[in-house]
Amino acid sequence: MFRRSFLGFAAAGLLALGLAGPAAAQEDFIVVQSTTSTQNSGLFDHILPIFTDKTGIEVRVVAVGTGQAIKNAANGDGDVLFVHAKPAEEKFVADGQGVSRSDVMYNDFVIVGPPADPAGVAGMSDAVAALTMIAETEAPFASRGDDSGTHKAELGLWAEAGVDVGAASGGWYRETGSGMGATLNTGTGMGAYIMTDRATWISFGNKGDYQIAIEGDEKMFNQYGIILVNPEKHPNVKADLGQQFVDWVLSDEGQEAIASYKVDGQQLFFPNAQ
Amino acid sequence: MESFSAIMAEALGLILSGDPDVIEIIVLSLRVTLSAVAVACLIGFPLGATVGAFRFPLRAGVIVVMNTMMGLPPVVVGLLVYLMLSAAGPLGVLGLLYSPTAMVIAQTILVTPIVAALSRQVIEDLYNEYSEQFTSLGVGPLDRVLALLWDARYSLLTVALAGFGRAVAEVGAVIIVGGNINHVTRVMTTTIALETSKGNLQLALALGMILLTIAVIVNGLLMAIRGTAARAAYV
Amino acid sequence: MSEAVVNISERKRAPLARTGAVGPAPLMTARGLCFDAGGQRLIDGIDLHIHPGRCTVIMGANGSGKSLLLRLLHGLITPTGGEVRWQERPLDAAARQQQAMVFQRPVMLRRSVMANLRFALSVRGLRGAERKTRETEAIALARLDALKDKPARVLSGGEQQRLAMARALVCAPRMLFLDEPTASLDPASTQAIEQMIEDARETGTTIIVVTHDAGQARRLGDDLVFLHGGRVVETGPVAQVLDNPRSQAARAWLGGRLFVPATP
Repeated sequence: MFRRSFLGFAAAGLLALGLAGPAAAQEDFIVVQSTTSTQNSGLFDHILPIFTDKTGIEVRVVAVGTGQAIKNAANGDGDVLFVHAKPAEEKFVADGQGVSRSDVMYNDFVIVGPPADPAGVAGMSDAVAALTMIAETEAPFASRGDDSGTHKAELGLWAEAGVDVGAASGGWYRETGSGMGATLNTGTGMGAYIMTDRATWISFGNKGDYQIAIEGDEKMFNQYGIILVNPEKHPNVKADLGQQFVDWVLSDEGQEAIASYKVDGQQLFFPNAQ
Repeated sequence: MESFSAIMAEALGLILSGDPDVIEIIVLSLRVTLSAVAVACLIGFPLGATVGAFRFPLRAGVIVVMNTMMGLPPVVVGLLVYLMLSAAGPLGVLGLLYSPTAMVIAQTILVTPIVAALSRQVIEDLYNEYSEQFTSLGVGPLDRVLALLWDARYSLLTVALAGFGRAVAEVGAVIIVGGNINHVTRVMTTTIALETSKGNLQLALALGMILLTIAVIVNGLLMAIRGTAARAAYV
Repeated sequence: MSEAVVNISERKRAPLARTGAVGPAPLMTARGLCFDAGGQRLIDGIDLHIHPGRCTVIMGANGSGKSLLLRLLHGLITPTGGEVRWQERPLDAAARQQQAMVFQRPVMLRRSVMANLRFALSVRGLRGAERKTRETEAIALARLDALKDKPARVLSGGEQQRLAMARALVCAPRMLFLDEPTASLDPASTQAIEQMIEDARETGTTIIVVTHDAGQARRLGDDLVFLHGGRVVETGPVAQVLDNPRSQAARAWLGGRLFVPATP
């Protein structure tokens, strides 16, 4: 055991001496601009090997916020966009950046909170009413504030509740400007309510004594879409390989792969391709 | 939160298990960092030596710029390199974005000013000692730079080490230009960031301990080399 | 230029001419040499003629400008007034190639003894067999054969100074500047260095040495230049100046008096 690890280190040292060349010999790969929620939940680790085994195409996932993923894709830095912010996705296609958009799956958002439940919202299923109560009691609420899909969905709910969170920012409404995980780490640390996608929450490892406070509102459904980046706009896009991935995700096989991913016995994503 | 000893145990377990994913991440980290430091030294040593060994107009300005660039924010460097390498950017045709090479480029930009500025200081100090002797011997400009670089070799190792420390611990730039793609551009620091965002704080800390251990080993090796050199009064 | 210096220049010629050992053309000439720093005149109008093959000793109290004069003559620093001429031409890098200097504290490269010698030869463009021969000769001259692969900086002070001498002589300079070369050495090391200086003289090397040691001046020197306050206050054959100093400054210094008036 000890010898093997020593050899591993020695090999690491030797390899390190070589300049960084191409990392993988594999030439057939595509870059998917996606979101932290899909990555962190482990979904990609589950479905991508199935696709790669079948087609020989390696899928390289860049997991950032939806806002940044869309910007990166608009620069042509990716072949496929796989995110969850329907209006922004439709605008992306309308601008000619993407070929077309298809629904892939959904999961739902939940609002988690501390066991003390300072706003008294635990167990509610009406998200708008619950957010109104949080605003009225000025209980701390941690928002991602990073223009991500989750952030956009959250802002939509606040708007419906008629709460001007911009005015409260820095008070009880706290924008972390970070990804979902970082916001959960921060929010749980300050005893704030946090809206998160269920997938990230279930696989999150630092829950502490937090529980889901609000869930089950249809308004908190979180639709994912997939878009092939437009090769006419961005000639470097691997349209053929990218289309194969899109087709597979939308196929029965791909949809079943998504449905079969479970954490702690719970299904995280619900395929709904047309 | 787990105890410190539990984290240490997990770090040790991670290494001893020989998990190929962990080994891969460590190897890539070292490959990227050592490549960046090597390129940075290739540029920074001659640059620092030239500024340290000669007097020329605007020299003070050059030194101020070099010293200032030591504090370049990694995220800004990452963004600049991203804009250059993006398919929409001027160097997009090279197709280097989201590759280890892109990470090497970003880290090289971060580390080169450190290497140049610190080696400038080292070389200047040495040149103050040598300058009369060199003038007396009639040492030409090229010989001067080469001789100073060679005679400062053990001090320059420490300079390279400072660059290594900055590069190996850096996350802001490499996560932007590398994309933290599993099995392609995932290195120790980006893994730590990812595991932290997943809430796996213990795993993140264990990886941090491995990173620290590697830094200790590298520092120890250099200390041993310097010790040998010091006994020969070569430092 | 001060009156004193004019007098000295006149006085100086007589003894040198009397020895009859010098040819008409000086190897090096300094005319009206001045050096100012920090608003102070540190070297004040010095005139000197150095004839080939001679050994000139420069003496004077601390701060009188001995080391500074040596650096000006060797061209390590540029005078603020006057000039140094080498064989009737301005002192330039090419002229300096025919000179060498040994400092009070030897500057050793962070390399082996042999590599220190090799460096001096390499910068003169010497390579291959010739360099090898000269290296070997110089090592033998400095009696450092047993130490040739040692790091130069771990050598004793005496050994380092011998190496510095060998490194200066390895390029066969026509003129050798020595700035208190034995000031921090023990008697045996001093003797070894003096022997190397003597050997260099035998081969016709012109020598200019700064020293505080009157005995050393007598052993090595032909001519003595006595400095005070950045001026030459007395010159002549070494024995004459040491036995019968004419200037007040030289008398005071040789008499061991601490305070020396500013005027001779």
